[in-house]
Amino acid sequence: MKGSTIALLAVLGVFLLFAFWGCNAYNGFVTGEQGVKKSWSNVETNYQRRTDLYGSVIKTVEASANFEKSTLNAVVQARAAATQVKIDINDPASLQAYQQAQANLQGSFSRLIASFEQYPDLKTTKAFQDFQTQIEGTENRINVARQDYNKAVETFNLSVKRFPGNLLAGLFGFSEKAYYEADKGSEKAPDIKFNIQ
Amino acid sequence: MKKALLFCGVLLVTQLLFAQIESVLPPRPSPAVLYNDLTPGRSFLTSPQADQLEKILVAYDDSTSSQICVVIVESLQDYTANEYATALGRSWGVGSKQFNNGVVILISTGGKTGDRDAYIATGYGMEGAIPDVVAKSIVENDIIYNFREGQRYRGLEQAVLSIAKAAAGEYKAPARRKKKSKSDIPPVVIVIAFLLLSILFGGGGGWGGRGRRGGFGGWTGGTWLGGGGFGSGGFGGGGFGGGGFGGGGFGGFGGGGFGGGGAGGKW
Repeated sequence: MKGSTIALLAVLGVFLLFAFWGCNAYNGFVTGEQGVKKSWSNVETNYQRRTDLYGSVIKTVEASANFEKSTLNAVVQARAAATQVKIDINDPASLQAYQQAQANLQGSFSRLIASFEQYPDLKTTKAFQDFQTQIEGTENRINVARQDYNKAVETFNLSVKRFPGNLLAGLFGFSEKAYYEADKGSEKAPDIKFNIQ
Repeated sequence: MKKALLFCGVLLVTQLLFAQIESVLPPRPSPAVLYNDLTPGRSFLTSPQADQLEKILVAYDDSTSSQICVVIVESLQDYTANEYATALGRSWGVGSKQFNNGVVILISTGGKTGDRDAYIATGYGMEGAIPDVVAKSIVENDIIYNFREGQRYRGLEQAVLSIAKAAAGEYKAPARRKKKSKSDIPPVVIVIAFLLLSILFGGGGGWGGRGRRGGFGGWTGGTWLGGGGFGSGGFGGGGFGGGGFGGGGFGGFGGGGFGGGGAGGKW
């Protein structure tokens, strides 16, 4: 009788310990996942900001007469394409698609900027110099946000994959998140030159 | 085993990718100061100029709780000015944790390479008051313009004043800190007054013999010109280098965050 009570208590104690550990781990996963989501939304916000800035430049260019339309249309199309990518941070492929779309957009925008060479009166305006500063600043923010996101993913993934957390992560349905990988050689903020001075 | 090796490899690569910049950053100054000349000879500004600039920066921190940290380094170690300034602002924690209202003014002197940067990095909470376009104009019109004329102190001082002007009213010092300065005068006025005083009394020479706290006590008492504390003494008097400054000086960085905002140029 007494022995069985002790055994029961011991089982109960171990069970409580496990329950406590499980709760703790669960909350840790939730916190980590929120951190990843938050830093991802920061990445998206900054891309959105860049897309908006591109939009402002496009409007300014459209307003100036007889501008060569083909480069401009390429940017407009890339911009539309970039806004249509659906992202799921659990799916590496969708992040890659997003990254690709943003890279295309940026590439076509660079070509647009390069074509400004033929329009000296356009690129020397105060508005354009301000755009340049703003776009540079946004590229820098994207860079920082991207690094922060990857750091958050790293921390989260480690907690999900490391023993003994990995036992619980599967149980609770938490899985690894995808890193946001930059283009090869574009880890540093790209250098968009307006060649104003 | 293979998997474990791969995992270690990935970990190593990510460590290399993410952790590198922190390892080249200078450590946080102790005791904390807002003007940090980290060049080998520490001779970017003359010593009185450096003390004068520190005073302006501390007064600004005291009156607004916003922190402007000036850092002079020789080389950015192959990082861009933005990366370096942002990482440094984060690692030192310039600005308060609550408002993220820190600004880093980063100057690189280039050493032998001659690659000289000037950069203003804004904390999250300062991005509204000092958008990149404003930061750019401060860098160009205040810092680079004066540096090219050989006026280094003037460049930094005007940049600080311009930042104070742009951010006027954005943040107020919490009540606890306000008491310390015993003044309801807006921060911009204080900074301008500092500058006027420094001109009147000859380029930073006249402040000796009194700590900052003592100096401010004069504001409300109405005796700050007649009080006899400012004109006399000079730096040899020892008030500044000694305990006077340590007591009323900069209280330390607050843990503010940076998100890559700001702008810069080459000088």
